[in-house]
Amino acid sequence: MTGTTIEFRSVSKHFGAVKAVDDLSFTVQPGVVTGFLGPNGAGKTTSLRMLLGLVRPTSGSATFGGAPYHRLEHPLATVGTALEASSFSPGRSARNHLRVYAAAAGIPRARVQRVLELTGIAEVADRRVGGYSLGMRQRLGLAFALLGDPEVLVLDEPINGLDPEGIRWIRTLLQQLAQEGRTVLVSSHLLSEVQQSVDRVVIISHGRIVHEGSLDDLEGGTAVLVDSPDRVGLIAALAAAGYAATRTDAGLCVTGATAAQLGALALDARVPLSLLRPDRAGLEDVFLELVGTGEGVQA
Amino acid sequence: MIAAIRSEALKLTTTRMWWVLALVLLGYVGFIAALLAGLFGALGDQLAAQPDAPQLPPESLPPIIYSTATSIGYVFPLILGTIAVTSEVRYQTLTPTFLAQPGRGRVLTAKLIVLAVAGAVLGLIGLVASMGLGAPILAATGNDPAIDQSETWLLAGRILIAMALWAVIGVGIGSLIQNQIAAIVVVLAFTQFVEPILRFGTSIWEWTATVGKFLPGAASDALVGSSIFTSLGMGTTQVQALEWWQGGLVLFGLAVVVSVLGYLTAWRRDIT
Ligand SMILES: Nc1ncnc2c1ncn2[C@@H]1O[C@H](COP(=O)(O)OP(=O)(O)O)[C@@H](O)[C@H]1O
Ligand SMILES: [Mg+2]
Repeated sequence: MTGTTIEFRSVSKHFGAVKAVDDLSFTVQPGVVTGFLGPNGAGKTTSLRMLLGLVRPTSGSATFGGAPYHRLEHPLATVGTALEASSFSPGRSARNHLRVYAAAAGIPRARVQRVLELTGIAEVADRRVGGYSLGMRQRLGLAFALLGDPEVLVLDEPINGLDPEGIRWIRTLLQQLAQEGRTVLVSSHLLSEVQQSVDRVVIISHGRIVHEGSLDDLEGGTAVLVDSPDRVGLIAALAAAGYAATRTDAGLCVTGATAAQLGALALDARVPLSLLRPDRAGLEDVFLELVGTGEGVQA
Repeated sequence: MIAAIRSEALKLTTTRMWWVLALVLLGYVGFIAALLAGLFGALGDQLAAQPDAPQLPPESLPPIIYSTATSIGYVFPLILGTIAVTSEVRYQTLTPTFLAQPGRGRVLTAKLIVLAVAGAVLGLIGLVASMGLGAPILAATGNDPAIDQSETWLLAGRILIAMALWAVIGVGIGSLIQNQIAAIVVVLAFTQFVEPILRFGTSIWEWTATVGKFLPGAASDALVGSSIFTSLGMGTTQVQALEWWQGGLVLFGLAVVVSVLGYLTAWRRDIT
């Protein structure tokens, strides 16, 4: 697999006076999972729909390996898509739903059964989709995305509504697809939802990019939780090294240092540790700070 | 294009809508055809004796009864075509449709072709109902069911064409008015209420009748060549109905106009 790069070039979309997407430029590389993050209303769905030729940009262009979606010779075999809105006719079975689009894209019928099995809905595939749970619909959406065995996957909030087992399953699947050299772009309004499965992030707010890079870049400003049976000793050691620590219910919250640095510090000071871990909530705080307010970002 | 057509055909046959409409059409047309055949077949003599009752020559009975497939049944392909488009908007299935086939014009063309065939199939079902029940009842009441006459089978052929065109018009209307409820309300209000009034109103004076004969329902009846409505007292003026091929052209023209308008406006809009 050679790998296909997604490229947004100065893409804007205005709905009347609303600048839903404002001069967005970034690239998504093959071989890694890229998170596309931002609070509700940030412009994620609009951006992805422009990439897929469903919404016409006010200006700019978004392409796959240089080609706009409508120019792809075999669109479903190049790009697999699961968009947030559940786009199913409730009276149709999952199998027939997939057959309809397999027929349109010239994909053999055997592939329908394959993706039904792959997404774990083969057993319910002949039931009408109207009776499906949100999690089952998400799986069907993913089955549609995988139909053409595509080089690129574009998924809009795929984790919404999945149970914990489903979330673990999708994380593994995305990592595996990226390792095969595919390009994977996953949107979410919750950093915590994807932080374990993405390698890179593009964070937008009000239609503009506020951060692009690895998660580690973000983590620079995050905190680490530490604690010790000898708390006084630990506080003294931290103070001596010049780190600020605040007491929390979970332990001491230290900013400006990585977990590795603090571990070494404790060893040098001969203070035993009972707790040492990066503070996930801290990363979320950085995220919230980046995207402005925390409004509408609650789970 | 073949792939797009196969996909559209699958869409139509994998939901209940198609089967429900086909069944209701069968029952409804069958009921009306049987009723008319029984009524006119058995009471023909008494009606003829009453000067103020509608006068129907016996040879006009079979076409009137058989053509209920369209004169009564034409709303079914029209609704089917409309729903084939608006349900995609309603359930947001235009998204996967345009993802699998980004050529939107091609999707609409495939839909028009598939619905034309589906309309003709509904015509066939309507004929099964109207002829299947009408002919034996006519025969039983001592009338000539005329099923051995080529004119009857030409009528049947024109009914298939009319039903195909109505389904295509439905697709055009659906692509123009994408809100399902609004589209169905417009279709039902026009066909069941506005047009009958217009047809009746325009048939009163000569000059209005020359316009009224171009109304889609009138054009459809002209194409088929017979209708219970045109036979019963409507058209008191001397204005002749359109020729069958003129009626067909009017319906075809209407289908083209609404489809092209729908394509140029709503069909190319953003899918958000
Ligand atoms: N069809 C539309 N008409 C008008 N405004 C829209 C439309 N679609 C989206 N918007 C607006 O564009 C902004 C971005 O929305 P969206 O792309 O759905 O954000 P996200 O997916 O990040 O939650 C929001 O302010 C939303 O209200
Ligand atoms: Mg969204």
